Amino acid sequence: MIDIGLLTFMVVIAIAVVRTRDLFAAAMLFAIYSLLSAALFAVLDAGDVALTEAAVGAGISTILILAVLALARRYEHPTGGHNLVALLVVLITGAALIYATLDLPEFGSADNPAQVHVGPYYIEQSYPDMGVPNMVAAVLASYRSIDTMGEAFVIFAAGLAVYALLGVRPRSGRFRRRREPEEEDAS
Amino acid sequence: MRENGILRIVARFLIPLIMLFGLYIQFHGEYSPGGGFQAGVVVAAGWILFALIYGLEAALKVIPERVMYVLAAFGVLLYAITGLMGVILGGRYLDFYPLLPGEHAAQQFGIITVEFGVGVTVATVVMLIFTYFARRKSEWEALSEEEPE
Repeated sequence: MIDIGLLTFMVVIAIAVVRTRDLFAAAMLFAIYSLLSAALFAVLDAGDVALTEAAVGAGISTILILAVLALARRYEHPTGGHNLVALLVVLITGAALIYATLDLPEFGSADNPAQVHVGPYYIEQSYPDMGVPNMVAAVLASYRSIDTMGEAFVIFAAGLAVYALLGVRPRSGRFRRRREPEEEDAS
Repeated sequence: MRENGILRIVARFLIPLIMLFGLYIQFHGEYSPGGGFQAGVVVAAGWILFALIYGLEAALKVIPERVMYVLAAFGVLLYAITGLMGVILGGRYLDFYPLLPGEHAAQQFGIITVEFGVGVTVATVVMLIFTYFARRKSEWEALSEEEPE
């Protein structure tokens, strides 16, 4: 029941994000969307994922989007008409994905592929192996340590990429002239 | 936002709590939900709140940019070197068992060390990205003051 309520809210907010032209409102709606999915993960007893979604999705990415919005204009360009090809592609892909869900194993069933492969080993052995009660931490940092190291390097690379793009000072007034009509829009 | 009294007082009260919660998520991650990634983000959020209210210059005095570069590299290096230590002490890469006598102690030492590395990198990289975006705005403003049309 809570799941259905949360999912309904998420669909409503997703439609609102698509409809709005105000990018500030879209950023805020995205934060709400992340918070709702964090609540959904918490309902599903996935504490680690819920914490990550709340901290990263609702917190940091919203702040970073707002920091970018301070540099860009607030309202989206109005685009004329609808792109029928795009609509067709989206509809076909969506229909294919929904058709594919019919083949998925039953949700939460004990003999799912996800439940019979390495899952039982982690559940039974992670505490005897390393004495760490939080299984997620044990899997992330020890069993799947190389994956997590790759993640850390991805974060580092993201920082380097932003440094490469924004670490140097702008030299000419080129940016300023392009910005002038935008500031009239925002005010 | 620097003149808003309510924000200043509430932030002064909240920022230590956010930092403390970040440390809790970092070092209690083996017992409760959390870990380096979330902790880094929470600590960075506390710092960004400080930067929003007291200004970027004041925040960069707390953690200078050079320190951030060093710490971001230090985090991933700590992770990689912890992995190498396993090789040097006679195991495989990222094998924690040879690190300490006692299986549980070795695993917990390894997990805490690599999670700390992840936390440091995530926190400093998020701070750096925010710094770049926030500073670009003031650089533009400085440019338009320098070259009036």
